[in-house]
Amino acid sequence: MILEKEEYPARNVKQAMRVREADSMIQSIFSIEVELVVQAIFLRYGYNFRDYSRASVKRRIAARLKKEGLDNMAALQHKILHQPDFFEEIIDDFSINVTEMFRDPEFYLLMREKVFPVLQQRKSLKVWHAGCGSGEEVYSLAIFFYENGMCDNTQFYGTDINNRSLEKAKAGEISIKNLRNYNANYQAAGGNSSLVDYFTLTATMARLNDNIRKNLFFTEHNLVHDQVFGEMDLILCRNVLIYFNEKLQRRVLRLLQKSLRPGGYICLGMKESLYFSPDRDNFEVVDGRVNIFRLKGKVEKDSGHG
Amino acid sequence: MDEVKHLVAIGASAGGIEGVKAIIKALPEDFVSPIVVVLHLSRSKETFLVELLGKGCKLKVKEADNQEALQLATVYVAPRNYHLLLEDDLRFSLSVDDPVNFSRPSVDVFFESAADVMGPRLTGVILSGGNADGAIGLAKIKEMGGTTVVQDPESVRFSAMPEAAIRVTEVDFVLPVEEIAEKLVELSAANYKAGFMDGDRYA
Ligand SMILES: C[S@@+](CC[C@H](N)C(=O)[O-])C[C@H]1O[C@@H](n2cnc3c(N)ncnc32)[C@H](O)[C@@H]1O
Repeated sequence: MILEKEEYPARNVKQAMRVREADSMIQSIFSIEVELVVQAIFLRYGYNFRDYSRASVKRRIAARLKKEGLDNMAALQHKILHQPDFFEEIIDDFSINVTEMFRDPEFYLLMREKVFPVLQQRKSLKVWHAGCGSGEEVYSLAIFFYENGMCDNTQFYGTDINNRSLEKAKAGEISIKNLRNYNANYQAAGGNSSLVDYFTLTATMARLNDNIRKNLFFTEHNLVHDQVFGEMDLILCRNVLIYFNEKLQRRVLRLLQKSLRPGGYICLGMKESLYFSPDRDNFEVVDGRVNIFRLKGKVEKDSGHG
Repeated sequence: MDEVKHLVAIGASAGGIEGVKAIIKALPEDFVSPIVVVLHLSRSKETFLVELLGKGCKLKVKEADNQEALQLATVYVAPRNYHLLLEDDLRFSLSVDDPVNFSRPSVDVFFESAADVMGPRLTGVILSGGNADGAIGLAKIKEMGGTTVVQDPESVRFSAMPEAAIRVTEVDFVLPVEEIAEKLVELSAANYKAGFMDGDRYA
């Protein structure tokens, strides 16, 4: 019910300022509990979410509590510690596995304009999508590689911590409803046919055609503690770093750099940058708006990868 | 002295941009509390937002960046197509998580996360808008001890947003837009003066 105007509480500033018992700048109780759950997950499962954006983690945990009908964090923690299956759900929560095809169409436009001409000179190519989620980003790039005659020379590696997402990625399927939505992005990204041409339709699903799919490889890799994924010509790590604090961004950027060939490219999300990388001077800016960078250094003779 | 002791969070949607502009334009040069504006806008207007709000405003206006630390006397605008959140160390973070209330950025998302971090040191303001985004966030601000301000639904172009907020929260101040800036000055000053640190607490 909406209050009548005269019923609006008329208050002054003093009345409005309710102060917590303890000093207000100490962490909220919820914040403390979340910290403990993150610690518990690390001890029990070895997944380290400590340097993830705590605000996003808090948000996902609050939503999870609600969904499970749990009214306290102790109950949630118990469930996480004792039910590995349930922990999978938590990984889903923390990994923010939201993705789409041709996200940021202008990125793909500029990529084709500024990076493809260089890559087309190379005989064989390796591309790594770090944090690929359910694969939509990999499909998108592979389609443009295909349109430019580069797909068959290329191995696309998609990695993620979320195994459920990787299973979807391997299947190469998206819903027909999404296919329709993605077509607009594809056109805006400068696609010159229709997205549906690259898919085989069933009743509800659209499956990426084998001539493209055969070049895609998906495997688990955790950017927090796994090793270099070597010798890449191109790395996309988009909308992953935004969930990491400064310290973790620094670590991951170092790892990505070490996984690049000299002259290789790295593409970050629209709101991500090399700013936190102590090695940022090793890169030249190819496009500062959509965040494409190139590792300086001599390009090896284009003999491919042996 | 350059410690952030109080934050103002403003949420608005359809018809809200004029309100935001009027409020921040009316704020004096020495207004120290940072202000965060979460606005839903049509695609065409979004890129001009910082420029638009900056015109005639005595405070610095900029888009909120990922991992950027809150600075005093600055108006931050949530970037288009991302949710904006506040971290415990008073830095911003962004997220591409699904839209909430059909909106990204969502007012609820920022209000809820800021409420958890700032507690009583947060003032939430809801202006004109055509959907209910912000109502749950404002309730959370109140629950965590913050102060709540809503533009008088009778004086807005789209009243759904302020009405929804008033429906779920016993709002502290329901005001016409011309009076909001003045109230923010009062609230900011009170937070800085009391600081909640020196025992000079309000009952
Ligand atoms: C928001 S999605 C971005 C997906 C895709 N790159 C895009 O831009 O559409 C973030 C992805 O990062 C993955 N991720 C999170 N932490 C990771 C880690 N430590 N190592 C690898 N991937 C991670 C998540 O599982 C999720 O799939």
